[in-house]
Amino acid sequence: MGNLLLKRLLAAIPSLIGVVIVTFLLTRAMPGDPAAYFAGPAATKEAIEQIRAKLGLDQPLLVQFTRYVGDLARGDLGTSLTTGQPVAAEIRARLPASAELTLLGLIVSVAIAVPLGIMAATRSGSMIDHTCRIVTTAGVSLPVFFTGLILVYVFYYLLGWAPAPLGRLDVFYSAPPTVTGFYLLDSLIAGDPEVFLASLKQLILPALTLGIFSLAPIARMTRASMLAVLSSDFVRTARASGLSPYTVIVTYAFRNAMLPVITTLGMVFSFLLGANVLVEKVFAWPGIGSFAVEALIASDFAPVQGFVLTMAILYVALNLLIDILYGLIDPRVRLEA
Amino acid sequence: MSSVAANRADPETRVGATLVQAASSLTADTVLPPAEASATFVPAPKPQLKRRAGFSATLSHIRYVLSENPVTGFAFALFLLILLAALFGPALVPYDPLASDTAAALKPPSAKHWFGTDQLGRDIFSRVVVATRLDFGIAVASVALVFVMGGLAGVAAGFFGGWTDRIVGRLADTIMAFPLFVLAMGIVAALGNTVQNIVLATAIVNFPLYARVARAEANVRREAGFVEAARLSGNGEFRIVAFQVLPNVFPILVVQMSLTMGYAILNAAGLSFIGLGVRPPTAEWGIMVAEGAAFIVSGEWWIALFPGVALMVAVFCFNLLGDGVRDIVDPRRRT
Repeated sequence: MGNLLLKRLLAAIPSLIGVVIVTFLLTRAMPGDPAAYFAGPAATKEAIEQIRAKLGLDQPLLVQFTRYVGDLARGDLGTSLTTGQPVAAEIRARLPASAELTLLGLIVSVAIAVPLGIMAATRSGSMIDHTCRIVTTAGVSLPVFFTGLILVYVFYYLLGWAPAPLGRLDVFYSAPPTVTGFYLLDSLIAGDPEVFLASLKQLILPALTLGIFSLAPIARMTRASMLAVLSSDFVRTARASGLSPYTVIVTYAFRNAMLPVITTLGMVFSFLLGANVLVEKVFAWPGIGSFAVEALIASDFAPVQGFVLTMAILYVALNLLIDILYGLIDPRVRLEA
Repeated sequence: MSSVAANRADPETRVGATLVQAASSLTADTVLPPAEASATFVPAPKPQLKRRAGFSATLSHIRYVLSENPVTGFAFALFLLILLAALFGPALVPYDPLASDTAAALKPPSAKHWFGTDQLGRDIFSRVVVATRLDFGIAVASVALVFVMGGLAGVAAGFFGGWTDRIVGRLADTIMAFPLFVLAMGIVAALGNTVQNIVLATAIVNFPLYARVARAEANVRREAGFVEAARLSGNGEFRIVAFQVLPNVFPILVVQMSLTMGYAILNAAGLSFIGLGVRPPTAEWGIMVAEGAAFIVSGEWWIALFPGVALMVAVFCFNLLGDGVRDIVDPRRRT
């Protein structure tokens, strides 16, 4: 197992290097003179030169790159032009909000998609199978921001079940003391069921939006791989031995069918992290996505760069986690390592 | 194997088609050795793959696919509608999409304004129809761009192998290391907030998909009989890539194009929804949904709904169409 872990960790390194190079190149690709840009529109010539020297833009590209990597190693992502705050601190403060939303979105998505896929596979050609097909097609065709708006209109404006789509917590409540940064967990730790309920209510619609968007690949893969496993020899043997359908499907087929599904989780995370930005905008969610969008509108590049880098590193880490999980579940992968 | 592969190229290449005709007049079990067929490198077809030459055969096949699968027919009809809106929309709409009329602001759908009016009194129906050209244009341009970039890079990687393969592979891996929408955001933010850069960013994030498909397809054909024959008759490697491998990989990439059109539209609309690329007051579906978002909580649903539905219908249409095009171009992969 340790061997496998090491191998996977090493395999993730080129991806990380690629990510750092690309984010570096993105800053250098900015049109116009970055020094003049960072100095602001009213700056004098001397001020621009000063900033150029301070940012190291008069140095060769390789020197600039080493400097950039050095800054990253110290956790320095630059400062935001509009707020004057260090980007890294802001991202650290906002990351739990995004992570809580994304994780809940994934849970919703898996909770709907996996049973749907299994039922579609076991009752192939039935109503559930058709429902599965319609849901997955609709899931990939619906723009995620549009789904969010429809949910807001139906559940907030028409039915009044959901609270106003304005952030993580209603203004009447104060945030629970920070332990994990996840309001759901923090309110439980603080023993405050009222805040727990309030933050859950705020979370349901955005998490559902993300879930609807990302369930298509999971449901499709579950169905396909369940179909393949159900027609295999060991399932036939299990059935012939008189095991109950439940045991056959859950214990025998499902556990084997989950392997390809876990592999697709990588793609699902790519979807989720991207869609997160749009959902955060719709629900005024104070996460890193809306931080980046606000900076984008103000043409403030440092936060956007920090955001892209954070997301990419998260994504590489998640893929690594999926690989390791795969190794834990499938002993054959461990033997290969 | 190679004869099946080579047969896929034929409808486009006229010379090939005539040769198929000539070959099919031979008895079915006569198999031409590759060298004899090397004039156009189409080996004798297997009997069940015998085709009538040229355009009419393709047409009848298209008709067959459409009549057999009504969903595909429906998607094609929808596609024609979108195409018409993109081509003639601006000439057909009842109102100027940019003309505001504050007296008629925020009116719900009526006989006068089919989709209602927005906060400036602009006619939403006209805006939705006019926006088709821009959204469709962005998607087509980005897909065409990645078709050329990814297709060429992938074919080169698969055919030449070696360092070309390593560079293309590394490039694709690096792009895949990002969540795609986030990378597109970063690219547009860095290169500048224009429509051209949205096209470029959408193309770049799709690059790995095309490069990988093209690479795999070119790689299997590297040692194929018809490529060997071309090589033996003295063609250079680049000539082989251009006239033997590319025409064979082409149909598969066309399928890939129609499958990714929907994603390209979603990606572009998502970018403009967060304020990148297209700027107001331009009519574009993503930005119109963004403008309508503020009015959803006060109950003016029609501002965001109609552009959102247009977006959804377009993406849905392209996703269905992708499957249909696959059936027509590449019958072996039917599902």
